[in-house]
Amino acid sequence: MALSKEQIARYSRQLILPEVGVKGQERLLRASVLIVGAGGLGSPAALYLAAAGVGTIGIIDRESVAHSNLHRQIVHATGEVGRPKSLSAQARLHALNPEVVVVPVQEALTAANARHVAAPYDLVLDGSDNFPTRYLVNDACVLLSKPLVHGGVVHVEGQVMTILPRRSACLRCVFPEPPQPGAIPSCQEAGVLGSAAGVIGTIMAHEALKVLLGLGEPLVNRLLVFDGRMSRFREVVVRRDPACAACGDATTIQERTVSEETVCHEEGAWPRSR
Amino acid sequence: MPVTVRIPTPLQRLTNGQGEVACEGKSVTELLANLERSYPGIKERICDQDGKLRRFVNVFVNEEDIRFLQGDQTAVKDGDEVSIIPAIAGG
Repeated sequence: MALSKEQIARYSRQLILPEVGVKGQERLLRASVLIVGAGGLGSPAALYLAAAGVGTIGIIDRESVAHSNLHRQIVHATGEVGRPKSLSAQARLHALNPEVVVVPVQEALTAANARHVAAPYDLVLDGSDNFPTRYLVNDACVLLSKPLVHGGVVHVEGQVMTILPRRSACLRCVFPEPPQPGAIPSCQEAGVLGSAAGVIGTIMAHEALKVLLGLGEPLVNRLLVFDGRMSRFREVVVRRDPACAACGDATTIQERTVSEETVCHEEGAWPRSR
Repeated sequence: MPVTVRIPTPLQRLTNGQGEVACEGKSVTELLANLERSYPGIKERICDQDGKLRRFVNVFVNEEDIRFLQGDQTAVKDGDEVSIIPAIAGG
């Protein structure tokens, strides 16, 4: 696959990076990323991945654009209010980079479809907004041995880590179980500053590009914590837990466990942020 | 110089909005007991009724998870930095 004149012009500033080059760019053009949630994290992530030329970007989101999304979900425009987020994002990404194939999935991610939805992609980026979906994404990626970039944001605080299943700590290794409903406030309850979501979502895109390019060292076995009050980053060491229910030596998470959590999600028992 | 404890945003309403508080103690258990004395209600957010760390919250002493050290018996000394980090789901 030789780069066209237009591609050389479009990607010239990253092509000249020794860590990217023509080989790296071709790798990105062949790569595919599934973004779970076209929200505060998924928006900046999708824009940067499309701009960088990631060949195929899947976007799964069952919701439609609302006015309360616009202060942080920057892939959507005011004129798109009421339109499904996956389609709104597809239109924006297409306008940004027409050669990127965007696959909109206007559904909720459930235990029944998670593995099927994620399977075709090289990497999953989790920008969802609730614990059941996050644990579901984690478990599906572990079962599929698929690299996962995990990030969360609330108020002015966020976290990011990259998970290489069975090689590094997964979400359950760090936080074995999701909290009880209401124990941790959601964006809807606690609020969120759009720029804080931008910081975390952009780092998530950066991690995805690094993994796809083999550039540097991803945030594996390191949880990056952003304190937006002080604009300070901290890092803590996380470890793969041999007793982890998802990726441990005696795995207990199977399809049934995942299903039970998802039922709880579909009944709306958990706080949501949209 | 006491131990510096970093408080996550969801718990800062219990610490009068402070993201960092100074606290005394020789172990994580002592530290949490003293934290509770200064900021009533904070311990039950971090630990369950049996005093065990909740499964969606971790305590790190100088960047190391106490689950991989000596748990709540992990020693702390003046100048150490202790971070309380909960899972965050917002997006």
